[in-house]
Amino acid sequence: MKYLDEYRDGRVAAKILAEIGRVTTRPWTLMEVCGGQTHSIVKHGVDRMLPSGIELVHGPGCPVCVTPLEQIDKAHAIASRPKVTFASFGDMLRVPGSHTDLLRLKSQGADVRIVYAPLDAVRLAQQHPDREVVFFAIGFETTAPANALAVTRAAALGVKNFSMLVSHVLVPPAIAAVLQSPGNRVQGFLGPGHVCTVMGYREYEALASHYRVPIVISGFEPVDLLDGVLHTVRLLEAGDVDVQNQYSRVVTRAGNPAAQRLMWSAFEVCDRKWRGIGTIPKSGLRLQYELREYDAEHRFDVSAMETLEPAACISGQILRGLKKPPDCPAFGSACTPERPLGATMISAEGACAAYFAYGRHRQEAIR
Amino acid sequence: MCLAIPGKVIEVFEDHGLRMGRVDFGGTVKKACLAQLPEAGVGDYVLVHVGFALSLVDPEEAERTYRLLEELGFLDELKLPEGPA
Repeated sequence: MKYLDEYRDGRVAAKILAEIGRVTTRPWTLMEVCGGQTHSIVKHGVDRMLPSGIELVHGPGCPVCVTPLEQIDKAHAIASRPKVTFASFGDMLRVPGSHTDLLRLKSQGADVRIVYAPLDAVRLAQQHPDREVVFFAIGFETTAPANALAVTRAAALGVKNFSMLVSHVLVPPAIAAVLQSPGNRVQGFLGPGHVCTVMGYREYEALASHYRVPIVISGFEPVDLLDGVLHTVRLLEAGDVDVQNQYSRVVTRAGNPAAQRLMWSAFEVCDRKWRGIGTIPKSGLRLQYELREYDAEHRFDVSAMETLEPAACISGQILRGLKKPPDCPAFGSACTPERPLGATMISAEGACAAYFAYGRHRQEAIR
Repeated sequence: MCLAIPGKVIEVFEDHGLRMGRVDFGGTVKKACLAQLPEAGVGDYVLVHVGFALSLVDPEEAERTYRLLEELGFLDELKLPEGPA
């Protein structure tokens, strides 16, 4: 496919790798922020191709993983109600709450539907006026405009039987949380390419200059990721603090202003708890007060919930780049994608699930 | 989750006042909302996430990235990507 295949070319990758080897004079630790980048890195073995001094640690950018247990439990409580049709992106269905998951609820008779686009959930509500259709609105800034479109569209068309359970998160506060972690090792970042298609990268310029770290906005294909590493290593070697845009074919400095306006027409910033990490101030989005009748937490009484999280999991340290999956005694044994204990094993974009999917639990055992 | 895929706009239409398009992803055609990308038209490549077009793929920037790689001698034995369709 055009604009994908040429960024998967092994010969180009080999030459960028040689250039990374040539410019590297000492060890550097880089973090890729986005879970999609983590998945691609582990799938293609990008981290293992790099010179031995260049280490990639994996960031908190998996919204499915970091959706807090309270919101998952609320989703399960709402989906279990009669007359509710619960619509969700497919990757939320296996996410374990304190007691169950959406797939199990579906098998027990709950009306749980997978939708590809948030607008499909609004259409579902129009087709079934006798049902309460609740959409699980999760994601980063990439997904926020599409979710904002769904709720503003429902309001404009007067679709009263539609509501959203919102658990949105923002990337820049999470990068700040990583950099503020005691024991932080991250010296440079591969920035989240698709988040920046919407938001641009001005916020990242503020982060780079405040924390004195280079950030290179990077794509998701192996050539993009290697090119991002090369840009970051060059900046580190030169002692430059800068934001560079490796992903300029889709990212501009200002992002997509129309998509931002749409996002801010429905959402406002709030404090948000991240699964495995805890509460990060001003790190989330919630529906604005004017749209509260479309807020599922307002429509259904699901406020106080007691949550139950397994104690063995070290995902909080993995999400902040302090540890890697094989550092966890439960990885690949007590904790697998079939029976995940915590955040980073939950979605295919979580670091633990990516390591598991590409056989790293077996390879680590052999080593 | 933030997976977004480039595809070619093959049709633009209105759905109850909302600007929509049909986008071809290497043979798979899906609907996408084009409302926040007013400059996108038939023949353009757009980056789509959960049925929502986030940005245009800029063919000049795509080629520029490749030219830079070429200047480093990275693309000696590769053909340059085809121009804007």
